[in-house]
Amino acid sequence: MTRPDDLLVVLAGQQNAGKSTLFNLLTGARQHVANYPGVTVDKQYGEYRDPSGRVRTVDLPGTYSLTSFSLEERVARDFLISESPDLVLNVVDASNLRRSLHLTLQLLEMRLPVVLALNMMDVAERLGAQIDQEQLGRLLGVAVVPTIGRKTEGRDRLRQVIRAQARAKQDAGREAEILVRYGDLEPEVVELAELIARSPGLESFPSRWLALKLLEGDEQAVKWIHTRLLTTDADALLERAALMRAAFEAAHGLDVTDQIVACRDRVIARFLERTLRETSDGSPTLTERIDRVILNRWSAPLFLILTVFLIYQISIVWGYELTTYTWPLLAAFREVIASLLPSAGFLVDPYVRALGLWLVDSANTLLNYVPIFLILFALIAILEDSGYMARIAFILDKVLHRFGLHGQSTLPLILGGVFAGGCAVPGVMATKGIPDHRARMATIFSVPFMNCLAKVPLYTLLLGIFFVEGKTLMMFYISTMTIIFALLVAKLLTVTVLRGQETAPFVMELPRYHAPTLGSVLRRAVDRTWIYVKKVGTIVLAVAVVVFTLLQFPGLTSERKAHFEQRGHAAVALFQDALAGNPYLAALQDATLTDLVNYYDDYRRAKLNAKSQAASQAVEARFQARNPEFHPFVTPPAGDQDARAASRALRALASTRTTLRRELREETIVHSVLGRIGRGLEPLTQFAGFDWKINVALLASFAARESSVATLGVLFQQDADTNASLEERMGAATRDAGATSLLAVSLILFFALYPPCLATTIMVKVQTNSYAWMLFSIAFPTALGLTVASAVHSVGLATGATGLQMMTAVYFSALALLILVGLLSGRSRPQAPEGLLARAASRG
Amino acid sequence: MPSPVRLPLLVPTLNDIRSGQRARIRRHHARGAVRQRLMDLGLMPNVEVEMVRSAPFDDPVQIKLAATHIALRRAEAAFIEVFDDAS
Repeated sequence: MTRPDDLLVVLAGQQNAGKSTLFNLLTGARQHVANYPGVTVDKQYGEYRDPSGRVRTVDLPGTYSLTSFSLEERVARDFLISESPDLVLNVVDASNLRRSLHLTLQLLEMRLPVVLALNMMDVAERLGAQIDQEQLGRLLGVAVVPTIGRKTEGRDRLRQVIRAQARAKQDAGREAEILVRYGDLEPEVVELAELIARSPGLESFPSRWLALKLLEGDEQAVKWIHTRLLTTDADALLERAALMRAAFEAAHGLDVTDQIVACRDRVIARFLERTLRETSDGSPTLTERIDRVILNRWSAPLFLILTVFLIYQISIVWGYELTTYTWPLLAAFREVIASLLPSAGFLVDPYVRALGLWLVDSANTLLNYVPIFLILFALIAILEDSGYMARIAFILDKVLHRFGLHGQSTLPLILGGVFAGGCAVPGVMATKGIPDHRARMATIFSVPFMNCLAKVPLYTLLLGIFFVEGKTLMMFYISTMTIIFALLVAKLLTVTVLRGQETAPFVMELPRYHAPTLGSVLRRAVDRTWIYVKKVGTIVLAVAVVVFTLLQFPGLTSERKAHFEQRGHAAVALFQDALAGNPYLAALQDATLTDLVNYYDDYRRAKLNAKSQAASQAVEARFQARNPEFHPFVTPPAGDQDARAASRALRALASTRTTLRRELREETIVHSVLGRIGRGLEPLTQFAGFDWKINVALLASFAARESSVATLGVLFQQDADTNASLEERMGAATRDAGATSLLAVSLILFFALYPPCLATTIMVKVQTNSYAWMLFSIAFPTALGLTVASAVHSVGLATGATGLQMMTAVYFSALALLILVGLLSGRSRPQAPEGLLARAASRG
Repeated sequence: MPSPVRLPLLVPTLNDIRSGQRARIRRHHARGAVRQRLMDLGLMPNVEVEMVRSAPFDDPVQIKLAATHIALRRAEAAFIEVFDDAS
């Protein structure tokens, strides 16, 4: 519902002009992000109230111009045409007026009501530029407001101007003088504009602007003509425009677009002569002085390595330490939920309890990473705002470009976890900024090969079992191999499936350095973390339910159930026999046996977790208080023979129960849907050495990587009494089954190359806008991982090599391949030297 | 979309300018999106630019015009013709 006093205000401007900061200033916290229909460009919108009514505000993507060459520009232009806003707030960088005003002129040609926000006036003044704002406003025929985006005081003034100008425009209609005449092209512009103005169906377009676009041969403008006019009329109009273009270019030897840009530039130069006084003394600016050090050929790589190391150290290492403080909160949350759910049964837990705890565990593994992501995203925001991110792209472009990537692939790769920790979800999300479509696709598919944080627990587990000695070396291999694989995959895809994709040049502004503001950094860190929690959280929970179901159903046959129940009864009977005549049996009269065994299990868990003498005593006190009658069963008073006997009997019963529960769960999984799939895949995975248990874990890990260790934990369950860690249990169980370090390496390699988790593939769908590419992002890594793992396992078996030897071999083969590909790609682009040679030849 | 045929130019280009030297742009030999982007950034004919430096691995290069610093690959720079009066 739009009331007459409601406004639609659009912010338009070039990148780095401070548009987003001004948008934040205007709308405050009430803003949202969505996508423009059908494309992956962010649409940032918000709203505020002024005394007269609501003001809806949309922050258009930053564009230098309004052509149809880039997606952002097409989106911005479509929005301006179709929504006809009440006001366009054109944010320009006051220290770079000459370039900025090109967009202003285009907006005015589109007959849009414009207010010019002269941003970064402080910077301009520091650089020695003085701007006669009133004169500039008169010349352009628009209101001019000076703003300093990072300071908040100008907000009310800006809102007043917006309201006043929007009203003034409504009153005055949309007539404005023509600012730019196009010299030799002007007659054609006028003629075509008249033709357009007379065509029914094209009234909504500003005729002069559309005429210019048709003369330029703008692809999208041509489409508009075809959809709005009858075929014959459209053809006639377009043919006329094409003839005019050809005639002009033949007569003047000049591109129509060049003529248009040059004419605009002349007008801007004339305006600036009368409004801008520059008193620059030519001394290098602060940014230039910083760049001399930061971008210096020799020190640049050092600063880059230092930066990446700091990001890694602060967010991953320290962030991980932070989780030791946040994890107890999540564990406490689990305990609270556990106490609310129906209590555990003797053999089979109620479904509500099992599913509830499964969900809490899934959510917790995810929430555990929140501190890490908050820090990581804050650091990334600082890099972006300060202007250093663009420099990173500048430094690394050469290397990345050789493998089909782009300088701006750096950020997604860092987020994905170049060393040992990151997440592909924000990584894939961050590919949005890469202008080269093919490099962007290659980046999307190589980010999931990075070391996602959730892969780390499995690595740690396997290294703990099989590589006690070579642990450091293996960890080094794993954490550096990912980037090798990612680059090779990027190259492979670039020359194969991505071959036909559109590419774009690397032409990028290096913005001025400036200190990031706390507010903007925090806002982005919280926003991105929230997106992570929301997007990943919902998907992981949904899939957790599915995996849980697949692991539980169809369940055991009634015969097998009866069998387990019978063994349970036998154990209980044994317990009761042992306690015959024992006075402590009285404690059980008004409580069920299951409660006692649960009490015993809880007590044992609590005792295991109590690290100090004092904590241990606190546990005693707590359990004494919880049930004084049960307490002698777990801690027999000194010298009380009956209590000792009761305790012994209970321990035996609890142990039998745990064994039964484990057998029952394992049998359930074996017969479950997922277990059958895992078994069914054995013929395929046997070459990699994977048995059905590993298959099930890998399948489950598709939901979220974290669950691979959890599932392995279930599959390799041992009696609680043996008190062995998962490492020991899995070690014993797999060694019994003939597992070796070779299998571990095969598993590690497969896991390193394994498809992205479900959340990431959803993000791939969002970013590529295609289900086909999403399926590709699953199928390709699976095939690659299985091939590599099978090759390693088979070759290792045939040659009798150890896991470490095979890993070394794979690592150095991949490294050699990488260097070879890098060198060959470098040779295939000989443009510059040949250019020089040709020139030398022509002179000689 | 097939990329435009790229023949080595027989004329001085921005790619030939050494760090610290200046040059005046004569015209662009790139077309379409590249040409548009270069113009948008202010790299118009007759504009004087300064070659600031090349990246640590020699490519891309950083140029300066007025108050703007721009990074572009040598492949792109090789399609910007400059006047032969570089000093």
